[in-house]
Amino acid sequence: MASRKLFAELQLDALREVGNIGAGHAATALSRLLNKPIDMKVPSVDMVPFEEISEKVGGPEEVVIAIFLRVEGDATGNMFFILDQTSARSILRRLVGLEWSGEDEWTEMEWSALHEIGNILAGSYLSSLADLTGLHLTPSVPGLAFDMAGAILSYGILQFGVMGDHALLIETAFLEEREDIGGFCFFIPDPDSFEKLFQALGVPV
Amino acid sequence: MIQDTYIKVGMADLNVTGAGGVLKTTGLGSCVGLTLYDSLNKIAGMAHIMLPSSDISRDESLNPAKYADTAVPELLARMERIGARIRSLEAKMAGGAQMFAFASQNETMRIGPRNVEACKEILKRLNIPLIAEDTGSNYGRTIEFYSETGLLLVRSVQHGVKEL
Repeated sequence: MASRKLFAELQLDALREVGNIGAGHAATALSRLLNKPIDMKVPSVDMVPFEEISEKVGGPEEVVIAIFLRVEGDATGNMFFILDQTSARSILRRLVGLEWSGEDEWTEMEWSALHEIGNILAGSYLSSLADLTGLHLTPSVPGLAFDMAGAILSYGILQFGVMGDHALLIETAFLEEREDIGGFCFFIPDPDSFEKLFQALGVPV
Repeated sequence: MIQDTYIKVGMADLNVTGAGGVLKTTGLGSCVGLTLYDSLNKIAGMAHIMLPSSDISRDESLNPAKYADTAVPELLARMERIGARIRSLEAKMAGGAQMFAFASQNETMRIGPRNVEACKEILKRLNIPLIAEDTGSNYGRTIEFYSETGLLLVRSVQHGVKEL
């Protein structure tokens, strides 16, 4: 595969649909959890230079909360839910009534609640994707980090590292209208997974 | 006082400087930031290494800065070109974290420690002493390397600033 493989428009459309359906279900799940409407932006799909991936969430040094899952099964890949600190605090307050002490530290209770939220969101993304494609997809136990975006996201693009300096990113932003919750969902299928995804979606390879 | 000139080193990138320049790379996770310094000529070099070995490359045009085994020789050559003497070089490094701590069969999960091992191996082969390191654990780092002094500054969200 070429380092900057150009996907056909039809293939990009199919991947955009993957983002649409997956993130749509995740946003619905979040909306149910919070009992508030959550809006979702139209997903974007693109081969993004490594350097620019963390720019999407404010730059490589931007401190974020990230829930990371390795997608295993027929089509492997990496999935991230990225929240800024305010959004994470806000979700915790509304979901489990945890008030923020004002400290930068996270309690064990907050951490485990974020784990669970990550589990639910990723689970709904993946199960809708599995339904759509008929592929067997399972998430690993989520990993959680509160750190620089660059350090976190670089982890998800290593599989692309051996092929070039770009990774295919299916990106969706979601936000709650007039409130302080916003976040990103990134799905980065491994380079070896495209063929399986396209086949399952009935798109010519 | 003359203001420091910052020179950015991107991901899978390398750069060299003399004359008081400061090399900087941000958001190192499992990647390793490796620096070389010639204190006599005050020449500094930095590589942001992503993967341990170019053997696994399926890239059409190999980017030497990306892999430990190709980045270090390339950095040496670039430093020599601006007047550094290989025999007086000393190395430092930071990064190589394991950002997410959960077990998986996937070998890429252990890429941080493997990057560190690969860097040490190539330094040893080239007879360059490693005089300081801040590697491993599970957090991200941003580093700055001062060509005037050879100081390596390591910044992180959880653990503040360290001087190497």
